[in-house]
Amino acid sequence: MKRDVILAGVGGQGLLTIAAAIAGAAHALGLHLKQSEVHGMAQRGGVVRSHVRLSDRPIHSDLIPEGAADLLLAAEPMEALRYLPYLAPDGMVVANRVPMKNIDPYPDEDEIAAALRALAHRLVFDAVSLAREAGSIRSANIVLLGAGAPFLGIPVDALRAAVDRLFERKGPAIVETNRRAFDLGLAQAERPAD
Amino acid sequence: MRTRVLLGDEAVAQGAIDAGLSGAYSYPGTPSTEIVEYIQRSDAGRDGRIHCRWSTNEKTALEAALGMSYAGRRAMASMKHVGLNVAADPFINSAIVGANGGLVVVAADDPSMHSSQNEQDSRFYADFALVPCIEPSDQQEAYAAPGVAFELSERFHVPVLIRLTTRLAHSRAVVTLGETRGANDLSIPTDRKQYVILPAHARGSYQRLVERQPQLAAASEESPFNRYTDGPDKSLGILACGIAHNYVLEAYDGMPPHPALKVSQYPAPADLIERLLADCDQVLVVEEGFPFLEARLRGFPRVDRAIRGRLDGSLPRTGELSPGIVARALGLPGRQTLPASRLPAPRPPALCPGCPHADTYRALNEAMATHPMGRVFSDIGCYTLGAFPPYEAIDTCVEMGASITMAKGAADAGLRPAVAVIGDSTFTHSGMTGLLDCVSEASPVTIVLLDNLTVAMTGGQDSQATSRLESICAGLGVAPEHIRVIEPLPKAHEKNAAILADELAYDGPSVVIARRECVQTARRHATKREAA
Repeated sequence: MKRDVILAGVGGQGLLTIAAAIAGAAHALGLHLKQSEVHGMAQRGGVVRSHVRLSDRPIHSDLIPEGAADLLLAAEPMEALRYLPYLAPDGMVVANRVPMKNIDPYPDEDEIAAALRALAHRLVFDAVSLAREAGSIRSANIVLLGAGAPFLGIPVDALRAAVDRLFERKGPAIVETNRRAFDLGLAQAERPAD
Repeated sequence: MRTRVLLGDEAVAQGAIDAGLSGAYSYPGTPSTEIVEYIQRSDAGRDGRIHCRWSTNEKTALEAALGMSYAGRRAMASMKHVGLNVAADPFINSAIVGANGGLVVVAADDPSMHSSQNEQDSRFYADFALVPCIEPSDQQEAYAAPGVAFELSERFHVPVLIRLTTRLAHSRAVVTLGETRGANDLSIPTDRKQYVILPAHARGSYQRLVERQPQLAAASEESPFNRYTDGPDKSLGILACGIAHNYVLEAYDGMPPHPALKVSQYPAPADLIERLLADCDQVLVVEEGFPFLEARLRGFPRVDRAIRGRLDGSLPRTGELSPGIVARALGLPGRQTLPASRLPAPRPPALCPGCPHADTYRALNEAMATHPMGRVFSDIGCYTLGAFPPYEAIDTCVEMGASITMAKGAADAGLRPAVAVIGDSTFTHSGMTGLLDCVSEASPVTIVLLDNLTVAMTGGQDSQATSRLESICAGLGVAPEHIRVIEPLPKAHEKNAAILADELAYDGPSVVIARRECVQTARRHATKREAA
């Protein structure tokens, strides 16, 4: 078993929380993992990316080689496109379609949508609406994780448990919201393709 | 077997805790900050068994660590690479006096400058100071490094440098924890001359340090961090340092067909390197950072085709390595990739919505509008982002503290108005002495102290300046009527711009403290209050 995952988004979107959940699940399963992330200056509304590598064998590089990622999990549509060269030709893209427009000008949204539609293996959906449905738009990151869960190569229940552990100390209401968020994302992934 | 998922930084911290650390000294700086933050959250940090409060700057941090080592206990000073410039004086001289309790300095380098002004390679500092350096290649070695470093330090009576780079500092992996060891007892040096390096003593101390070098080299030859792996194809040998070794293994799926020498402890293991050179037709040197060993291996004549690396273009001269860059240098075919999209636009970091610095810059820009020849000398912090639109409010950012002293120098040259913009924590780190220079000469410099009550850029650590700025400025001799306090809020814009304009017109040193809490820490504090 081996999965290379690129997480992409913008500072404040909770990418590193998803990374921590995946890492936590992999550790609980006894897998090898490497999870590289960006801190500091790059976090102030700038791009955030994380490389997550899971394997049942030792992993050497902290960074995923270009052309090797099995999954690109993006919290923002333009950020999904930024990392296409990392994706393996048969790699999967799971992306939130709601843009984060903190730059001006933001590129043409129709062109971005078309570029995402042109990808062979993709799931592009509105994670923000599902997060609202779950109870808090702040859980859009966990919706995204749920949607990516079937492509991570580890049991979905292990991920769900890792999410629970992450939010445990914030109280049962927040655990419940994030559980709903995870399951709404998961249901999105299990729906027939558009 | 205890395992944990740890960042490289956290692995160093846990390794130091398990090796009997008594004091962690540091000033926050990316990518090193998480070392002390981890120790602060640990049981031993919280109950006071390990000292782990932030220091005022890297120099005071290293000096305090040196003092703890003097008293026989194990101490660690950690910082980002440029922090070691600030602490260079105690670092170099600690090598002369030597260590009593183990003394470890951690420098986290930032190749590609993700959050820094340069990509200096701290291995040169270890070499310069004649002390060992450990450059872990992965999180497990990062965990082991402090224990080995403390032992080397106590065995050879030298400080030891641990060099990290961003990618290891900020990458997590599963780490297996080992044995733990208690703290050292208090023990003061028996030789009262040891730490008094008057020239007469220093000559002897320096001689002893030089004489110890062959022993340090021998320790490197035997170090488990340095490893020679033979391979059948001797047309090429690979010398890879620290994390670069992982990219070599990645390229060959763990089994390089060529002889490969991994170097993670310095002084460089000369015997192992000579074996690689003798065994192979060519050697590719793969280093994260500067071509430190490569330059040594080349020597003269300068055109030596047997040595490849960053200096002959086999690898890029600057910037962080990646698995792709290393695979290409090894002549391996790249994977098939999707073409890059032309659509993504840059998304530069920006001040947060509601940031107090934004309001200060708007007021300052208005006050400066009537002074086209005036210039704003800025400093290191979130507020450096004021260089970007829509503010474009600052003209310089060089190193910690340079705002005030550069403004003074420009004022000495006749530039008016000369304005310095510096954050509260940067001011206590390195700005106070510059302000004293301004006061001593009554220099016409207006200093805007951006007091957001925290070290914001690195994640909101406690600032040494909090609730002390007025008394520090007054104590250094700034006239009380020229210590002004403004609250940077949109509703106070006109008033703030007028106060700044007043002080720009004053022909002496003045300080305008723009005080409002960072929106990030304010939110965190509000959440904490709600929870309580």
